Amino acid sequence: MSEHADTQHGHDDDHDHDGVGAIHATLKGYMTGFGLAAILTFIPFWLVMSGAFAKTGPADALILLLAGIQIVVHMVYFLHMSTKSEGGWNMLAFVFTVVLVVITLSGSIWIMYHLNDNMMPWTMQDARNQP
Amino acid sequence: MLAHPDLTTLIFGRLTLDQLPLHEPIVVGTFIVVALGALALLGAVTYFRLWGYLWREWFTSIDHKKIGVMYIILALVMLLRGFSDAIMMRAQQAISFGHSTGYLPPFHYDQIFTAHGVIMIFFVAMPFVTGLMNFVMPLQIGARDVAFPFLNNFSLWMTISGAVLVMISLFVGEFARTGWLAYPPLSDIVASPDAGVDYYIWALQIAGVGTLLSGVNLLTTIIKMRAPGMTLMRMPIFSWTALCTNVLIVAAFPVLTAALALLALDRYAGTNFFTTMLGGNAMMYVNLIWIWGHPEVYILVLPAFGVFSEVTATFCRKRLFGYASMVYATVVITVLSYLVWLHHFFTMGSGASVNSFFGITTMIISIPTGAKIFNWLFTMYRGRIHFEVPMMWTVAFMITFVIGGMTGVMLAIPPADFSLHNSLFLIAHFHNVIIGGVLFGMFAGVNYWFPKAFGFRLDPFWGKCAFWFWVIGFYFAFMPLYVLGFMGVTRRLSHFDNPDLQKWFVIAAFGAFLILLGILSMLMQFYVSFRDREKLRDVTGDPWDARTLEWSTSSPPPKYNFAFTPLINDNDAWWQMKQHRYQRPSQGYLPIHMPKNTGAGIIMAGFATVFGFAMIWYMWPLAIIAFVALLTTAIAHTFNYERDYYIPVDEVARVEAARTELLASHV
Amino acid sequence: MTADNGASKALSFHVEGEHHVPNGTLLGFWIYLMSDCLIFACLFAAYGVLGHEYAGGPRASEVLELPIVAVNTTLLLLSSITYGFAVLEMQANRKGMMMMWLAITGLLGAGFIGLELKEFAHLISIGAGPQRSAFLSSFFTLVGTHGLHVTSGLIWLVTLMVQVGKKGLIPANKRRLMCLSMFWHFLDLIWVGVFSFVYLMGVLS
Repeated sequence: MSEHADTQHGHDDDHDHDGVGAIHATLKGYMTGFGLAAILTFIPFWLVMSGAFAKTGPADALILLLAGIQIVVHMVYFLHMSTKSEGGWNMLAFVFTVVLVVITLSGSIWIMYHLNDNMMPWTMQDARNQP
Repeated sequence: MLAHPDLTTLIFGRLTLDQLPLHEPIVVGTFIVVALGALALLGAVTYFRLWGYLWREWFTSIDHKKIGVMYIILALVMLLRGFSDAIMMRAQQAISFGHSTGYLPPFHYDQIFTAHGVIMIFFVAMPFVTGLMNFVMPLQIGARDVAFPFLNNFSLWMTISGAVLVMISLFVGEFARTGWLAYPPLSDIVASPDAGVDYYIWALQIAGVGTLLSGVNLLTTIIKMRAPGMTLMRMPIFSWTALCTNVLIVAAFPVLTAALALLALDRYAGTNFFTTMLGGNAMMYVNLIWIWGHPEVYILVLPAFGVFSEVTATFCRKRLFGYASMVYATVVITVLSYLVWLHHFFTMGSGASVNSFFGITTMIISIPTGAKIFNWLFTMYRGRIHFEVPMMWTVAFMITFVIGGMTGVMLAIPPADFSLHNSLFLIAHFHNVIIGGVLFGMFAGVNYWFPKAFGFRLDPFWGKCAFWFWVIGFYFAFMPLYVLGFMGVTRRLSHFDNPDLQKWFVIAAFGAFLILLGILSMLMQFYVSFRDREKLRDVTGDPWDARTLEWSTSSPPPKYNFAFTPLINDNDAWWQMKQHRYQRPSQGYLPIHMPKNTGAGIIMAGFATVFGFAMIWYMWPLAIIAFVALLTTAIAHTFNYERDYYIPVDEVARVEAARTELLASHV
Repeated sequence: MTADNGASKALSFHVEGEHHVPNGTLLGFWIYLMSDCLIFACLFAAYGVLGHEYAGGPRASEVLELPIVAVNTTLLLLSSITYGFAVLEMQANRKGMMMMWLAITGLLGAGFIGLELKEFAHLISIGAGPQRSAFLSSFFTLVGTHGLHVTSGLIWLVTLMVQVGKKGLIPANKRRLMCLSMFWHFLDLIWVGVFSFVYLMGVLS
């Protein structure tokens, strides 16, 4: 939290130079975001808590999909991300991060799944079920 | 965790007098030497009344140039420590055959190879790279400082704090005996109950905060503070590599932080992430740490590539060949470096599909790297090559790095890796790329930018001595390891049974001795250059007839770098200015807005050091006090809104007039 | 910038007058958030890999209680929108109203932390502490790290309220408020991942 160009000085009260003025939050934006987020939260909770799903596979996929949409909603309406904010660098950084998160998560799970498959044939259940 | 909750334990945790290695003559000897050296240094600083000067002008400085210099001093000091470890290992391995066990017991030997790796990567290579980026990049993009000058100072001191903890481990307790990445289960609390791994964890976590913040800082600087006209595709290659390296730092270091935090939780809180029981999985640690570890390799080597690009263009008096392809190659390496991490553990058993995926991505990453080599070669082709010291390092790099790259591609083939992994072949390979790539690059950079930083050139004679000793020493030290690796000799051994191997280790030890001469020549080079500084003085600010913006200002540059913000019309901005016979304006100066020095960074890092030390030794009350003090200082610092000042016009005019006079008197 | 090398036009090589360097705080903070994202990615990865290693202990579906999580999610989402209201008041330079919304945000955040601590205490009391199994280790660490972030957000919030109280809505403080806004919404965003990946999918499994 160190500001290089601080604000005690005359030339800096021009808002475009300190970046704050670049963001114009609106009530409509926040309310849209809130409404969408509430719906996107309610659906998966309802689906799970009401026991509407018999199989976990499609449910997991749906939950992850809704979470992904909600994350984008937060990014756009609450974090004010757009293709134009900070000259596009916000968006670029976010996309790069998403790529890395996906690589980290899916890569780790893929690798570790194969490791377990090859190197740990004896799970707890297997050991217990041994005659 | 408190077995005996009496007062001594409460205050001192598990630290007792037994933890001081008084029974180890080597450590005691080292301690005496270090203590005498430190006393002499502190005495000299006191005698010459330098404390006030150092505090005001250096320790609390938020000037990116001084911070860069301090990073590099840290790197050089730690290089001496890391190299002492290296030559001790070489000596041990050269004599420890058959009935002779050498002079280092395994307990001590294991600490040495761990400390060597940790120090060389985290406290030599990283500070070197960060320091060079800090010093050069803002000058190169025409900025007056970095985006967050205070954070820059704080980052430096956090890095130093980590280095201090590693140094303390030499004399209080012991360092980890696990290898430089501290794989569990060896590093868990059952197998390593002593403080060694905790030193490792806290030193890296504290230094990691510094590295991460410095990454955010430099990245923001490059994005936001380039001089007008400097589009991304007009940015000098060193700044491009700095951009990509900082992207990698910001994206990779959190992974290290997370992996080490989980290991710390296993050790301190009894969780089961990487344990051998209750569902823990040590392989997950290996997986996580290499998600950081592979990008780390490129964090180190990309800035070195940047240095070579600048040096080659300057000393061949030619525009860099294939600028755009250089940029794309750098960016491609940045992204691909996240897709190859498994090649560090092919043998862990992921199976054919996983191994072949990562083997192929690893081979792909060598393509952009190869493209860069060709770019440098084509820059040299038909250039007027001036074999100054930086250029000599560059040529040595190209040859050495190609060999290292080739052996890397061999290791990228999973079936080959099954016989080569953990052998001395691997050791030879990564020293081949890290010494031949990163270290040679840093030496080239230091020789190249030293006149910019201090106003006089480094002595070329001793520079060439250092060069030849290092390069020849490198080949003597590491080529035998390739041979030994092919014979199946594994790494990290302190004793060998087969006497046939001894001759190779003796050759390698001879190589290490040559490198020692190289390091001594470097120290001699600094001393001689300082002694002859008037003779080596650079009055023009452009001693090499170079091409990029940092050479347009004086050597050393004024606090504010540029009296007028430069306007960029070309990749080689300064070269173009020279072609157009650009004259600096001599009037119309304005007051310059600059950040103020602050002591908050060094104080916070001091508390962090105490906190780390207290955590290592289980001194819980002290840890809490230090942490609260750290937090309070940080918050108090945010209440300081007066962080900047203006350099008055008079002062700017005076500094610039002095320069004009100097330039005129030396035409 | 003109880049033509035409003979008629002399190139200019410096900026006459003062060059305004754009402030990088918000972008820098954004970059920091992205790096924080990767810390969470690792913790999610650890949970993804170890989340089914129950080691004979309690399973996710046995110990995770969705009603508490639903309340917690609501609290955090509400605190997001109240922070949004604070930002709107900040833009309108209404300091008092802004402070009120900040205080409400802080209370909602504190409520979230309180409920989370209660949940943790309950789990530990029934023998499902972080030492019990790799699943519980990764669960406590992931959720706890998020909680620690919210806690530091609360400390920051209080600090900022004091600073706004002392200095008013000066640009430096506005910039800090925008940084905290990003931090706070970012934590809500991470929580979306937590409740989906850990709680909902955990209960289903």
